Amino acid sequence: MEDFWSNVQPIVYEGRIKVPYSWQAGETASYFLTQLRDQGKIWGKHCPRCTKVLLPPRKSCPFCFVDTDKWVEVSDEGVVETFTLVREGTPLQPLKAPFAYAVILLDGASTGFVHVLSEVEPDEIKEGMRIKAVFAEKRKGSLLDIAYFKPVHS
Amino acid sequence: MGKRVAIVGTGQTHHRSIRRDVNGQELIHEAAVRALKDAELTIDDIGGVVIGNMDHFEGINYVDCWSIDGSGGYLKPTIKLTTGGTTGATLAVAGYHMVASGMFEKLLVIGWEKNSESDTTGAIITCTDPIIERQFVAGAISGLALEAQAYMHRYGATPRDAARVSVRDRRHACNNPHAQLRGEITIEDVLNSPRLADPLRLLDMCPRSDGACAVVFASEDVAEKICPTPAWVLATANRHMFSDYTDVVEMSSLLSMVEASKELWQKLGIREPLKEVDVIELYQPYSWAGLIWIEDMGLCKKGEGPKLLWDGVTDMGGELPINPSGGVVATNPIGATGLIRCAEIALQIQGKAGARQVSDVKLGVATGFGGNWWTDMLAFGKKKPN
Amino acid sequence: MERVAIIGMGQTQHAAQRTEVNFPELVYEAVSLALKDAGIGIDGIDNVITTCNDFWDGRTISSMATGDVSGARGKNVSAVEGDGAFGAFYGLTRILSGAYGTTLVTAYSKGSESVPYLITNAAFDPIYMRSLGLDMVTSCALQARRYMKRYGISEEECALVAVKNRGNALANPNAHQGMRITVEDVMRSRRIADPLKLYDISPVSDGAGCIILAREDRAKKIPHRPVWVKGVSFCADAYLLGDRELSECRALEKAAQAAYKMAGIQDPRKEIDVAEISEAFTYQELLWTEGLGFCEKGGGKKLIASGATAKNGDIPVNPSGGLMGAHPVIAAGLIRILEAARQVRGDAGDMQVKKQVQLALAHGVNGVCGQSHCVWVLGRD
Repeated sequence: MEDFWSNVQPIVYEGRIKVPYSWQAGETASYFLTQLRDQGKIWGKHCPRCTKVLLPPRKSCPFCFVDTDKWVEVSDEGVVETFTLVREGTPLQPLKAPFAYAVILLDGASTGFVHVLSEVEPDEIKEGMRIKAVFAEKRKGSLLDIAYFKPVHS
Repeated sequence: MGKRVAIVGTGQTHHRSIRRDVNGQELIHEAAVRALKDAELTIDDIGGVVIGNMDHFEGINYVDCWSIDGSGGYLKPTIKLTTGGTTGATLAVAGYHMVASGMFEKLLVIGWEKNSESDTTGAIITCTDPIIERQFVAGAISGLALEAQAYMHRYGATPRDAARVSVRDRRHACNNPHAQLRGEITIEDVLNSPRLADPLRLLDMCPRSDGACAVVFASEDVAEKICPTPAWVLATANRHMFSDYTDVVEMSSLLSMVEASKELWQKLGIREPLKEVDVIELYQPYSWAGLIWIEDMGLCKKGEGPKLLWDGVTDMGGELPINPSGGVVATNPIGATGLIRCAEIALQIQGKAGARQVSDVKLGVATGFGGNWWTDMLAFGKKKPN
Repeated sequence: MERVAIIGMGQTQHAAQRTEVNFPELVYEAVSLALKDAGIGIDGIDNVITTCNDFWDGRTISSMATGDVSGARGKNVSAVEGDGAFGAFYGLTRILSGAYGTTLVTAYSKGSESVPYLITNAAFDPIYMRSLGLDMVTSCALQARRYMKRYGISEEECALVAVKNRGNALANPNAHQGMRITVEDVMRSRRIADPLKLYDISPVSDGAGCIILAREDRAKKIPHRPVWVKGVSFCADAYLLGDRELSECRALEKAAQAAYKMAGIQDPRKEIDVAEISEAFTYQELLWTEGLGFCEKGGGKKLIASGATAKNGDIPVNPSGGLMGAHPVIAAGLIRILEAARQVRGDAGDMQVKKQVQLALAHGVNGVCGQSHCVWVLGRD
């Protein structure tokens, strides 16, 4: 068998799985996304048991397993909880490297969510810095209707 | 020795071709909440979550992790199984072993699928070997058509015989508030419906659905405290054989069903399943399976399936009703479908099946089908096993 | 818990690319080795569990391809999707349930056949996260930063993991990659997503593993000493990254506590003789040693700096080289179980720790940023 391999190159077959998807957002996420798109507002959902304001909003609280009740408007400003400066990018990313991902805690929300930072120097970024959402010009009802977050200079 | 295990609660969504109002996690949550309510338990009573679907139908990786928001698995042991169409039954078998092992006392098992979110055929085709057969496999329907052709050729059954199966199940589905397709059809309706792949027509085939099913498995230590009539797991048997579709040579018989059912009957001490089983929920993705696979499981001799159908043996009120829920031709959220069969048998044993209740059910059998012509089987009983 | 042992095990040569085999053939290799190791034929296997992942395999229902090569014909079989340690758990319960006397568990991955960032990006919720283009590396970079910032851990301190484990891998004949490097080498390696640099990140490998579990009465006539399962548990944290406290691993703590309770362990730091854990990134080894109770929270950096986790320290971690040495993604946890079992048996060759191993720990991870963990405790008696 070893002799066989010394004279041949194994065949490599190139292929791709291309299955189109249409994910239903459901009523809760639909409200959140349409509010981003049409009003430029960010909404979280309140859990009656743990009183967290969940952002992104969920129909039921993952911690308590009960239905969330009230919609709570959340600020478009908040703080960076953690971040990473991406230096080697992939084609999937919304910005070209170098750029930063961050877990962001918006004022009024109890849970953080992940988004991207821009208009900021890499060495400026630190935990606790205040940032503000910059909405995209053309919005389509997606998380990237917020184009990125940028520092708030007080 | 292991513990004895029973289903003590079930919950299902109302299955639809498309549920726009909820995303996948919310669909899962609906079923989970209903199962817990049925068992009169809270999520805190649950020791762990077992969940499954067919990945490429929703395009989400590590679904055990992703589904936590809806499944209640937060800070609990959570695990995923997937075996194609047999997933739902595979999940039930896993629920059984995990509780019987003593590792869990009460386990929540969830099967779900949101088939509307993808191109079902496109996704199924990815199950084939990319080098050997992917270029020429055209999806599940044509595969099943091959089986129907082989069976017709060998035993002389006709599309009319197959249509009688669809007519039965669609009539049964009218009694099931959870079923997706709830409207009776006639033999002529089936024979005149659009052709898919000869001899299959549209009304021979199952639909694709958005739906979820959740089942609570409990050990003997608590089952009887939780519900008055637990549906005890009596035995399980399965065969997942063959690597490629082209390995399957004999198509007029479902070999995995022949072998799995032999093992199941032997474990149960059953010699004449037609007489000794009270109800079957058969994972029957298309009408012909309702003729072929009942022969393969030993209800009658090869070629005699049509006779059982025409004699009404498998209708509600017959000697051995099959698919009182309406089965898979009425509802098919693939990852849930096999688990729905188990939930329906549990409801039959518990006497909670409402308008679709078969009288005096002591022993019921649920099956799963999928993958490369695979079969999973579970038997449930009213009487606690020895 | 009834007595169940690992009676056989096998793993393939792990590599960047195993071009001469497809993934079912990789599995067959591992299965054949495990059967030989146990001194039994395929007829001695009562049931089979395959661990696979449709995305990494590029096939839905990928267990279709591995049934025959795992000896599934004519048997009851099932498939777990997730890390191999979880698959092995299911395999264990199928014996404890009383149904079967032996279970063969396989896990494998041919990472070279796919594009990892596409595969791991698919783990992110399509509605709330996927469009951000996150993958395992960038999301773990977020966790690394959070963890390191909280406890004042430097990149150099994390680099010690790479130095130790990549060095340990040199003694591992199956490893994909072993190398003698320094902290400076790690610091100079390409920066991918701060603070993660190339040498902080485990390589993606092609590889497969197989273990055979047996009930006590079936574990008697085997060529090697049986390795007893003393405790197993697993646990999952919340899903969305912002729902979690990334500087902690509560799911691992819970899983470890449950496994220790089953095994009768009160002080893991003292009682565990060796640990094989899943450190896909250097910071994770520090964080997981905290979650496993080997040190207090934030103490992972001191633990490694003290030399305690070196091969001949008092709590050796990853003498095999861990994931830094070979990371066949879905198989990783199963291979950890295998390597820990070898330590118990005393046949880990040049990787064997000096002290006698009474209790060994193995650990597997599923999901992003260590969302779900599975902990195994294996013992000599």
